[in-house]
Amino acid sequence: MARVKLDNYVVPEAPRLGVRGWLRWMWRQVTSMRVAIILLLLLAAGAIPGSILPQRPREPAGAAQFVRDNGWWGEVLDRVGLLDVYGSAWFTAIYVLLFASLIGCIIPRALAHYRALRAPISAVPTSLDRYEYREVGSSPDDAAAIVGRAVATLRPRPSLLGAISGYRVRVDERVGRAGTETAIAGDRGHIREVGNLLFHTALVGILIAIAFGALFTYRGQAIIVEGRSFTNAVVAYDTFNSGRLFNSDRLYPFTLKLDAMRSTFSASGRPEDFTAHVTLTEPGQASRTTDIRVNKPLGVSGASIYLQGNGYAPDLTFTDSDGKVAFDGPVIFLPKDAAYTSTGVVKIPDVTSGEQIGIKATVYPSALGDGTDLVSIHPDAANPVIVLTAYTGDLGLDAGTPQNVYRLDESKLSPVRDAEGGVATLVIRPGETLQLPKGLGSLTWNSLPRFAAFDLRADPSLPSLLAFAILALGGLALSLFGSRRRIWLVLHAHDGTTVVTGAALAPPHDTAVAEALARTMAAAVAKEENA
Amino acid sequence: MNFQTLSVMALWGATVLYAIAMVGYAIRLARVADAKVQATQFVTAGGGDAPLAAVPASDRDRTAEGDPASAAKALGIARSSTMVGIVLHGTGVLARGLEADHVPWSNMYEYTISGSLVAVAIFLAVQRRRDITFLGAGITGLATIALGLGLTVLYAAPESLPPALQSFWLVIHVSIATICSGIFGVSFIVTGLQLLRDYRDSEPRVVHNRVVRPIHRAGVRVIKGRAMRFLEAVPSAAKLEALAFRLIAVGFVLWTFTVMAGAIWAEHAWGRYWGWDPKEIWSFVIWVVYAAYLHARTTQGWAGRKSAYLALAGFGSLIINFTLVNYVFQGLHTYAGNGM
Repeated sequence: MARVKLDNYVVPEAPRLGVRGWLRWMWRQVTSMRVAIILLLLLAAGAIPGSILPQRPREPAGAAQFVRDNGWWGEVLDRVGLLDVYGSAWFTAIYVLLFASLIGCIIPRALAHYRALRAPISAVPTSLDRYEYREVGSSPDDAAAIVGRAVATLRPRPSLLGAISGYRVRVDERVGRAGTETAIAGDRGHIREVGNLLFHTALVGILIAIAFGALFTYRGQAIIVEGRSFTNAVVAYDTFNSGRLFNSDRLYPFTLKLDAMRSTFSASGRPEDFTAHVTLTEPGQASRTTDIRVNKPLGVSGASIYLQGNGYAPDLTFTDSDGKVAFDGPVIFLPKDAAYTSTGVVKIPDVTSGEQIGIKATVYPSALGDGTDLVSIHPDAANPVIVLTAYTGDLGLDAGTPQNVYRLDESKLSPVRDAEGGVATLVIRPGETLQLPKGLGSLTWNSLPRFAAFDLRADPSLPSLLAFAILALGGLALSLFGSRRRIWLVLHAHDGTTVVTGAALAPPHDTAVAEALARTMAAAVAKEENA
Repeated sequence: MNFQTLSVMALWGATVLYAIAMVGYAIRLARVADAKVQATQFVTAGGGDAPLAAVPASDRDRTAEGDPASAAKALGIARSSTMVGIVLHGTGVLARGLEADHVPWSNMYEYTISGSLVAVAIFLAVQRRRDITFLGAGITGLATIALGLGLTVLYAAPESLPPALQSFWLVIHVSIATICSGIFGVSFIVTGLQLLRDYRDSEPRVVHNRVVRPIHRAGVRVIKGRAMRFLEAVPSAAKLEALAFRLIAVGFVLWTFTVMAGAIWAEHAWGRYWGWDPKEIWSFVIWVVYAAYLHARTTQGWAGRKSAYLALAGFGSLIINFTLVNYVFQGLHTYAGNGM
């Protein structure tokens, strides 16, 4: 039986690439510019679905709803990662390959450019007559002094850094058409490649900084009602996410008290200003009052506190049928529209006797309408009204599974009905006490404080990220706008004076090269001193 | 008359003037093209000894197509309308800013009127240094459409800034983004002309596919025909490519800055520098597409037409970022709701 062959060459005796050959071929492909362009286009195309489909990290509820609404089709989209594009394997593969291509490109180029920077530049052309930018001057000084001044102008710093920031210079003594001459060549075409390498290296730096930040960052959300405080500890947060290497011992134990939440709206209801007046107490320091506003986060020991939302938190007291206070405190109502029509729930598991009680309620800050058919016409609390429905039964809290505090699990609850047998819809205003039907108890609305929703976040990568971003921008500007100029000076001794002939070469759009040539010539012949 | 009326009236005035300028530039372009075509015909006919200037003026007047006097007249009208137009345009934008009491680029309407102002200003600024009159029709046309759409569809009464926009980053981030839109808009027209000119000058490809062939043939007929004769007055494809590259290079650096400034602002306002919000996604797409363009134009097999199409795709993404993202996709940049 013939030996099984894995390759399929037409000519059996042709040399095989072998494993190393194939690997080398693959590396060549990955680092080729053609593949880099294709990867860039794939990256752009791959990013687009994230703007169209709901993304899990940004809106988990929306993504789950999308899967439910679209059946198997939604399931398929979810499986291939289109509901979490930026965390998906294929998107990661694209940018990892792109960065591999980038690194595979910049390392050899950086080495080559370093060698090129040390190699001598090309000599001055034999004749300068044919160049567009040309100048002739003369000086009584000898050639050495002129060379010294010209070189100092072209390249102010002699080190390698000078070679990067200024012109690279070459000086030759040679025999030209008019006898012995000194030729000075200045070249700064390399500045673009320096910028190019800087830009791409900084991009790698940005990626590393982002990865570093993702490991050590933390972010938590905390909702604080006016008059209450928050202590910075993982348990105090409503939600808390952190990177893999984050250590919760590093949380700085400060206390933040919300003194007042000021929300200002125009007459038409447009938001004009949100300010949280807070008192910050850091360990071992005196308390201080300060403000947190939407574009003005508060920095505390490497972390920042952002004002991300606000709303109403009606202070309610529930007294059960036995006259015991079963619930007392503010309840967070989440705004549903621009007029701050907000919904919230009250869960009252600890009633003295009888079934547990749940309340679903809507607060209308500036209520308009009749009975229970209301709308809020302005976000300010000009005429606050709460419309509510009460439930009795099992709240489902005893099972120990975590519950959404803003939603009532109605599976084991039944609504309280009025005398006619319909679901009882009740209305309450601030300061009022409402008797629930069937002697279930009474609800008192004490006051209407506001709450503020804060995000607390620390990301130790931010300074390095900013530094790399600035380097990238600088490198990019250099690589695209860096001038590709060559300036040449040729010095002849003539009757005791030195005649200096200068010429410059640059791309057609670079008309400012004439000034650069004029500057160099003026310095070389020391025009300022003579004039 | 208050600032609001002044602003709207000035902008309508600018729209009309730009429309007139567009017609003027277009006529001028057509006349110059005709003259060029005729000049080559004269030269061929006279065996190379009869340049256009040798024909008596009265004869030249009779050959209405290649009439240099009417070309100059059209150019004069176009230039003066553009000049007065940009003054009115600037007045309109300024009055809008004074009326609203903040920088005039906080919503789509303001962004449109400011962005088109930048496009026209860039055209006039470059025009001072080199002759790019051939772009006039495209730029003023784009500005007419932008202003017209802005005043009719996008118009929004001036309002105070919502808290999310109360930041000096609005001045920096959005102004640079506006300037970028202007620059990319100009480069889009240059690239479009480059492609058209390239197709007109080059030998059409042989198409064998039976379905594509009639469409291709019709396209070739249009591009080589009289309707596209104005392309004769436009610089060569290589020159247009060089100009488009220089514009895109500037635009790309500024766009990089826009994205970075946006990230810094997002860090201040929302507590994260990057959150894959639709606006961020499309800004990223624009950046990557133009990055691909910059690589492609120096890569064998991609330089020329292919990279030009990438540049067009970049501007297409910019338009999507401005339109679809604001109207269709839900994100933090929609400036609706409670502004937080």
